[in-house]
Amino acid sequence: MSAIEISDLHKSFGSLEVLRGVDLSIESGEVVCVIGPSGSGKSTLLRCVNLLEEPSGGAISVDGVELTDPEVDIDAARRRIGMVFQSFNLFPHLTVLGNVTVAQRKVLKRDKAEAERVARRNLERVGLADKVDEYPEKLSGGQQQRVAIARALAMDPAVMLFDEPTSALDPELVGDVLGVMRGLADDGMTMVVVTHEMSFAREVADRVVFMDGGVVVEQGPPSRVIMSPEHERTRSFLARVLDPAAARVGGADD
Amino acid sequence: MASTSEPATTGGGGLTRRRRRQLVLGGEYGVFVVAIVLLAALADWHSLHINFFNWSVAKSLFPDIITVALRNTLVFTASGFALGLAGGLLIALMKLSSVPPYRWFATAYIEIFRGLPALLIFIFVSVGVPIAFPGVNVPGGVYGQAALALGLVSAAYIAETVRAGIEAVPRGQTEAARSLGMSQFRAMRTIVIPQAFRVIIPPMTNQLVSLLKDSSLALFLGVTLMDRELTKFGRDMSNLKANTTPIVAVGLCYLLITIPLGYLARRLEARQKRGRR
Repeated sequence: MSAIEISDLHKSFGSLEVLRGVDLSIESGEVVCVIGPSGSGKSTLLRCVNLLEEPSGGAISVDGVELTDPEVDIDAARRRIGMVFQSFNLFPHLTVLGNVTVAQRKVLKRDKAEAERVARRNLERVGLADKVDEYPEKLSGGQQQRVAIARALAMDPAVMLFDEPTSALDPELVGDVLGVMRGLADDGMTMVVVTHEMSFAREVADRVVFMDGGVVVEQGPPSRVIMSPEHERTRSFLARVLDPAAARVGGADD
Repeated sequence: MASTSEPATTGGGGLTRRRRRQLVLGGEYGVFVVAIVLLAALADWHSLHINFFNWSVAKSLFPDIITVALRNTLVFTASGFALGLAGGLLIALMKLSSVPPYRWFATAYIEIFRGLPALLIFIFVSVGVPIAFPGVNVPGGVYGQAALALGLVSAAYIAETVRAGIEAVPRGQTEAARSLGMSQFRAMRTIVIPQAFRVIIPPMTNQLVSLLKDSSLALFLGVTLMDRELTKFGRDMSNLKANTTPIVAVGLCYLLITIPLGYLARRLEARQKRGRR
């Protein structure tokens, strides 16, 4: 059984059709990187997978639960889906420990000791065990994002979604976050990563999905999609991303 | 372009800049001093002393001015604020609801109760409620009526403050909470409202100040001797003693509370501008 099964997914915002029939099946333990120009619908696709955006049509199943079924308990389903945002979205009124325990306490009803034990274990996993009592604003962007990853992991998710997790970071902080994600991948976590980090996609992903214009244009192992893409659109996108300095004025359309 | 080459000190009426500033400042101080002197000369100092700052009258106000009047003012304010906070929170949530009739009700409530004089609400509570709902008495007598009237008025203002505070919390906060499996209600209660209240505390303190002042309207509720708050107490004592000192004294009592509260509100506001913690 696939961890994530997406079939004929459509999403419109008013008259703007952002997703125009996406089919995607992700196996348990697979790491999938979604790449594509801005406006291609890749973030919307990810946000549909935990129903932060309501799909306009099609079906999504995660971990065997069909999210698009109106009878499904979406709060229960979301517990199995970890989400990491571009802008971290840590809770500024709670300490690092509070951020990682609050949903465990209120949603999973774990007792304080258990929640803190799980939190410390996951903070250790992202290398921030010494920051438990800090408030988010005292942390660097890279540290905040790693806390956000620990917060999602503490819910014992079946899959993890990353929405451009390093796009808001200073370049020198990107490595720490990608390192944590690589560790997760090595531990066998099912991951869907929307990213512009081609080296991460090349080295860590089992599969790269290239999206443009609301559809999946091309997908396959990174060696093929990144190193020798079949489609012209993929080629021109990669040329611009891998060597931005070489782009001619007017050559970029995003 | 030629004029800019002239020395600036010779411009405009032949006065130097320094000389002109001296004249303007001198004029302003002069007007102020003349006004004070005129007021002092016209005032009847003896009568002022007897009528406004009469020590024996002031002494006769104690201890009731504190144990009855100030106490009742504080009780009215606190109970009105408690009701207003609960009602305001409810109406703010209704205003943000996805159910249109809730939004309509909230909008109507806010517009009506912000648009009416507070005095009218007090009169309505004391006269209108028994007529509109025969046999219904507001529990707690004058205390209940004052709390209800103040609560009705302040709920409208507090609702708008709370709504603004909730809307100031970034959408990503709700999204993060929901993505962790929290329900809409749980996300609101655990994540959004605590952050909103940090934004709200300074304007809420100002709300408390105006509520304290509005509690003086309880004097229209037909209160007994033991239910009098500061304003009613001041007016009664002023009539009784044929002297204005009680008005001055209760005025000082209000300032004793409103000035520190206002100061606190500005401190909190400044602290918030510098960033949390």
